[in-house]
Amino acid sequence: MSQTATISGSAPATSGAVEARGPKPKPFFTPRKIIIYSVLVFFSLYYLFPLYVMVVTSLKTMPEVRFGNIFALPQAPNFDAWVKAWTSACTGLNCQGLSPGFWNSVKITIPSTIVSIFIAAVNGYALINWRFKGSEIFFAILIFGSFIPYQVMLYPLVMITRDLGIFGTLQAVIIIHTVFGMPILTLLFRNYFASLPQELFKAARVDGAGFWRIFFEIMLPMSLPIFVVALILQITGIWNDFLFGVVFAGTQNYPMTVQLNNIVNSAQGTPEYNVNMAATVLTGLVPLTVYFISGKWFVRGVAAGAVKG
Amino acid sequence: MADTAVRMETGERTSTRPGFLSRIFLHNLPAKIAALPMVLTVLVVFVGCTIWTVYYSFTNSRLLPRNEFVGVEQYERLFATSRWNVSITNLIAYGLMSLVFTLVIGFILAVLIDQKIRFESAFRTIMLYPFALSFIVTGLVWQWIMNPTLGLQGTLRNMGWEGFSFDWIANPKMVLFALLIAGLWHGTGFCMVLMLAGLRGVDEEIWKAARVDGIPTWRTYVSIVIPMMRGVMVTAVVIIGSGIVRLYDLVVALTNGGPGISSEVPAKYVFNYMFSGGNIGQGLAGATMMLLTVLIIMIPWAYLEYGGKGRRS
Repeated sequence: MSQTATISGSAPATSGAVEARGPKPKPFFTPRKIIIYSVLVFFSLYYLFPLYVMVVTSLKTMPEVRFGNIFALPQAPNFDAWVKAWTSACTGLNCQGLSPGFWNSVKITIPSTIVSIFIAAVNGYALINWRFKGSEIFFAILIFGSFIPYQVMLYPLVMITRDLGIFGTLQAVIIIHTVFGMPILTLLFRNYFASLPQELFKAARVDGAGFWRIFFEIMLPMSLPIFVVALILQITGIWNDFLFGVVFAGTQNYPMTVQLNNIVNSAQGTPEYNVNMAATVLTGLVPLTVYFISGKWFVRGVAAGAVKG
Repeated sequence: MADTAVRMETGERTSTRPGFLSRIFLHNLPAKIAALPMVLTVLVVFVGCTIWTVYYSFTNSRLLPRNEFVGVEQYERLFATSRWNVSITNLIAYGLMSLVFTLVIGFILAVLIDQKIRFESAFRTIMLYPFALSFIVTGLVWQWIMNPTLGLQGTLRNMGWEGFSFDWIANPKMVLFALLIAGLWHGTGFCMVLMLAGLRGVDEEIWKAARVDGIPTWRTYVSIVIPMMRGVMVTAVVIIGSGIVRLYDLVVALTNGGPGISSEVPAKYVFNYMFSGGNIGQGLAGATMMLLTVLIIMIPWAYLEYGGKGRRS
């Protein structure tokens, strides 16, 4: 969180310092500036090129793709490939397109996001305001545990979910996302609640409010910003997940990323690159939308995620 | 329940101490109930599952876990398997390149963006958006761009540059660089954001002092700013490093380990033996090696950050 604070906090400070020194009229095309901007533009092209190629290819017809110019704009842009990717692209013998995967991802992402954020918020609140013996130790292991490779815990978790009778169901994926989202989200909420004035909590305590009442009536209304950060982090993170979906969801619940990979990488016959790219764009659309709408909040989210540990 | 907690707490203060058991379980009870998911996650998943995996990596489990101790046999077999050795070599080679390039590119971009440039937020948006996409999307787009016949290579050859060669994805010697291009595309923007936060955290006064002393800008960065950003640097190394050890989705989408086994990675080896190879012991031994790798990265960091007192900057 301290990092987040410096991002938002020091930007106005630096610009203020510039103004204080007084505006110096400088020519725009100094050699220094030309170098800076050309490097930045070069890297921007590297970052933008795949997005361009992806969209352009998806709007072409297959003969046009086979003509072999990935830079060229489509002669007659059409969404046929998109329609096919959504409704009838094949994975092996199953030709339902990406749409079932999309809805599976929705069914996984929404409950996982809600459950994981709620539990983490309660954790953070308990860790700051209702410390009990050992709570800090559990928290330390939780943070340390977030660095353990998932593969280490994967097989025992399969056995546990199988014993609980939920292996291969949506519940299993939701639980797994809640478990592995917990370290970073708990850290986020813990740091946020620590930054709130403790007097509010103490006053409510004196008035006789209990654990849940203080949480719902005082803490939650004050923590909207951190909820937005957590929401962005979880929606993009869970939507983009591949590993947990492929292991725990079961074939009929495969999320969009898994179906996308199956459509592209285990298709039979001649590959239809325009359909593949349309499917790729469609899968990337949800996190991209979240990214472009959320703007600064996404940066705050990843910066907050970065200071874990 | 809340009332009980209040009474217990006030009771403790007025020295009518409740019994040991009731103190462990009843004191602060709602908080303990609320923290139950966290306690279970820590005990069952992070501690329990990890110990289980390490323990069963010393057994001869094949199709199902079997509690038959065979010592380090699984590890001997692991390191006698060429696929595993290729995976490890790949991870080390890819990991070092990825770490160095991500840090260097991330830092350079952050420094450039920090020069009070125009369109700062546009540049930042462009650089960070790949990080919002999944590794599967990243892998599949680059797979298409690097397609030897219809991708970049084919296009440039059609345009008349006959000798142009960009078939890294199909070339066992170059495939790691193909992975690197896609990996850097995805992750450098994130590193830039971290570094930028670090740069903006450096006090403006230090820059003024350096300027007064006539120290060249590059020298100020190398000798003053980078050492001051130690915390951010270490965080970045730990996060990038633990991401590299996990590398899985990107390989599955971009190359699926090919051509042949030339781009296999440990996470994929573990996954395949656990879920389709029918040899759980091998998967668990591989997973334990991955854990060991992370510990080797983590322990010095944890020691530096929390061990030596007064060294925290």
